[in-house]
Amino acid sequence: MQLPLILRKLFRRRIVLAAAITLVVVVLVSLFAGPLSGLDPNETAVSQRLSQPSTSHLLGTDELGRDLFARIAFGGRYSLTIALFTAVGSIVVGTLFGLIAGFFRRLDAPVMRVVDAMMSFPDILLAIALVGILGPSMLNVVLALVLVYTPRVARVVRASTLVVRELLFVEAARAVGVSTIRILWRHILPNLMSPILVQASFIFAYAILAEAALSFLGVGVPPEIPTWGTMVAGSQQYAHQALWIVLFPGLAIILTALSLQLLGDGIRDLLDPRLRKSM
Amino acid sequence: MSTVAPLIEVKNLQKFFGSSSKPVRAVDDVSFTIQPGETLGLVGESGSGKSTIGRALLRLIDSTSGTITYRGEDLGSASGSRMRTLRSKLQMIFQDPYASLNPKMRVRDILGEALQVHGLAKGKEATAQRIAELLQLVGLPPEHAARYPHEFSGGQRQRIGVARALSVQPEFIVADEPLSALDVSIQSQVVNLLCDLRDQLSLTMLFISHDLDVVEYLCDRVVVLYLGRVMEVAPTEALFSRPLHPYTQALLAASPKPDPLLKTTHIPLKGDIPSPMNPPSGCVFRTRCPYAIEACAQTRPEPRDMGGGRLKACIRDDIDTLTPP
Amino acid sequence: MNRLEVRNLSTFFDTDEGLIRSVADVSFNIRAGKTTAIVGESGSGKSVTSLTLMRLLPRTASTQVSGQALFVNRAGQTLDLLTLPEPQMRAIRGNEVAMIFQEPMTSLNPVFTIGEQIAESLRLHKGMDRAAAMAQALRMLELVEIPAAAQRVREYPHQLSGGMRQRVMIALAMACDPTLLIADEPTTALDVTIQAQILALMRRLQAETGMSILFITHNLGVVAHHADDVAVMYAGRIVEAAPVNDLFARPQHPYTQGLLACLPGQQRKRAQTVDGKRRLYAIRGQVSSPLAPPPGCAFEPRCDKAIAACREAMPALRVDQAGGSARCILVPETA
Repeated sequence: MQLPLILRKLFRRRIVLAAAITLVVVVLVSLFAGPLSGLDPNETAVSQRLSQPSTSHLLGTDELGRDLFARIAFGGRYSLTIALFTAVGSIVVGTLFGLIAGFFRRLDAPVMRVVDAMMSFPDILLAIALVGILGPSMLNVVLALVLVYTPRVARVVRASTLVVRELLFVEAARAVGVSTIRILWRHILPNLMSPILVQASFIFAYAILAEAALSFLGVGVPPEIPTWGTMVAGSQQYAHQALWIVLFPGLAIILTALSLQLLGDGIRDLLDPRLRKSM
Repeated sequence: MSTVAPLIEVKNLQKFFGSSSKPVRAVDDVSFTIQPGETLGLVGESGSGKSTIGRALLRLIDSTSGTITYRGEDLGSASGSRMRTLRSKLQMIFQDPYASLNPKMRVRDILGEALQVHGLAKGKEATAQRIAELLQLVGLPPEHAARYPHEFSGGQRQRIGVARALSVQPEFIVADEPLSALDVSIQSQVVNLLCDLRDQLSLTMLFISHDLDVVEYLCDRVVVLYLGRVMEVAPTEALFSRPLHPYTQALLAASPKPDPLLKTTHIPLKGDIPSPMNPPSGCVFRTRCPYAIEACAQTRPEPRDMGGGRLKACIRDDIDTLTPP
Repeated sequence: MNRLEVRNLSTFFDTDEGLIRSVADVSFNIRAGKTTAIVGESGSGKSVTSLTLMRLLPRTASTQVSGQALFVNRAGQTLDLLTLPEPQMRAIRGNEVAMIFQEPMTSLNPVFTIGEQIAESLRLHKGMDRAAAMAQALRMLELVEIPAAAQRVREYPHQLSGGMRQRVMIALAMACDPTLLIADEPTTALDVTIQAQILALMRRLQAETGMSILFITHNLGVVAHHADDVAVMYAGRIVEAAPVNDLFARPQHPYTQGLLACLPGQQRKRAQTVDGKRRLYAIRGQVSSPLAPPPGCAFEPRCDKAIAACREAMPALRVDQAGGSARCILVPETA
């Protein structure tokens, strides 16, 4: 099967292809594995607690006898959802601020000072503080993380906006009489897609890790919600007995985050020279 | 001189960039007019200010001082909305065909946007029809409207740029070095296109270029610029057959003609073009002029009327009688 | 005597989109003390030719080079530049064969002074010590007529104008007294009056040192006055080669003819009109994509004189009566 040229170029490095396949597997498993296999992530079977990986329980069971594979698959939905909304949210807000700062000279300094202030806090500490203020819930975790990652996006978008703003076709659009709003929407923004896409994939990865860290520390989502982070947090006291109950959720976190970052790398490499060629 | 009112009148145009204490004097008191239907050539090397003038004319940049009038209306004081309306009358063709088209927009969107801004086509069908007409006008197949710019060659992209400029039905076009980025064999295609369209649509044009051969072919009158100032103005034939200003003479002599049998005895000008931040006193050309005398450093020579529509910014009149250096 | 004889030079690039034949079967000679110009537009392969000769192409698996480049060095030995081991090639580069590029700003290292950059070449190839190299660097700057050379030698590239930087590039190239100078569009980015200065300088240096010059350009005016022999390239191949006067007086290949006819100055000469209006001659269409070359002659789709046979096969380079050569089946061949 001959892939379209873009995909062929993207997957020229085998590791990027592996990362993409891993992600697809993770998403598919999260969505369909539970219902398909008939395993219930919430079904407790205390008699089988902390049992090792076997044919009946692929990845073993946790401290309440729940099938670990089912829990990881089910939990994947939450972890991925939180990370997805975080990525989307920070991209949207960050792009807005970045565009404004990059395009309107007089707003550049004020906006960027706010961005600088926010970035002076270490990510995790800021997130902990925000969740602490807002209270633990999925929505608040997303809000907190969006606030944490927005400045990063704003910086990148501002830098690219500064470049695109000076390009000849923008001047040509002004010469035609195109309004400023339309220039931002139709001329500047579409040409920012490359850096935005790259940032999106990295933030997705960071969000998975951040949510896991927050939940592990107990300041993330409430422990009843089965994300990978809460799984590790909830089961950590049994880790010395049954390593797999923290190992496998941990592996899920690592694999997903790593794959997202590698895919982000691949996308960035793909878009960079192409950007030069198509322009 | 013609008694018809000029279409464009530039009076004492100045554009300075940078700090107010030591600005870059990109355009330093330039005045000229453009008659309706004529093609005026603006020639000069780097630092001459020709591109800046082109942009200032369309108010893509704001001038520091001076006036630019279009049909008697002062463009500098026009409001935002008035300027937008005027933009349909004053258009530009840009130098770099690879950068002047948005790579993320299809050709039909690029052209359609221009039509939409000025309300020139109502409805999808009328717009598509007009786009097809425009593409045919510039010699491109209408089916290519759905393509992206990178699918076209340099010459074709330049044609799209021309189509965009013409889509709003302008009266006046500033062509900012439209051929510089194109291969020689493509340049003549675009020159023919510009000539045809100019005649067909009765366009008035300001043709900015450093290529003297093309200027000689295309333009009715020529303004020669150096370091932001006018050196000479003349009808094309007169300028090229008998240049009056030493800079014009040097410029013409320095362009190699593609004929090995035409031996050039011209000795090249010495020195570099001075910095526009630090122009020489008096006549800016005096540091490289083979005929410079002491008086040249004292006062700035204003362009003098030499008859026959010719202006010369030089205090000497006896250059022709001297043997060339 | 020929300083450089290039025989059947080919450079192919294997890319994701297919095989690109940037340079195909190119052969030409550069006489000692003379200037050979390679003329071509974009996609002609002229720049890749010079980079191939200097072995400056990226060394990846997807670059395929074949052919010979027989260079006669100062000692009179004949070396094939394409097969020389890299250490020997390095000894030749910047020393016996020097190159100057179009964009002097990017060819000069911005963090070193001009004097240091010229001195580096001298210390490397001539084994001079620092003091002697700097003194020679100063002499080189004076040779290329840079005013206030003693002060300039301590300045950085960004402090100089475009014309000055190009002079520095020439000084850098001339530092080790090369026998062959490859100039890739050296004046294209310069203003006309500065271009005239640089071309006059190169002419004078050639007269004084007897070096050969390979001048790559798309400007026919420059070629007319600064070249002795000309080779015209189109789509990676040489389509015509002749001494300069013959090329301009009697161009054989339709592309060369078209190129000369396109020039605005020519319109007046030939008084071309269509329907009573002045018209420039234009070569229709544009050069084909290197990924989809025409089946026969590369110029055939744009050629007004093309016949059916032109689509069948790429014509060979035929030598005509005057000693020039043209790649066109319509050019009669001398036995």
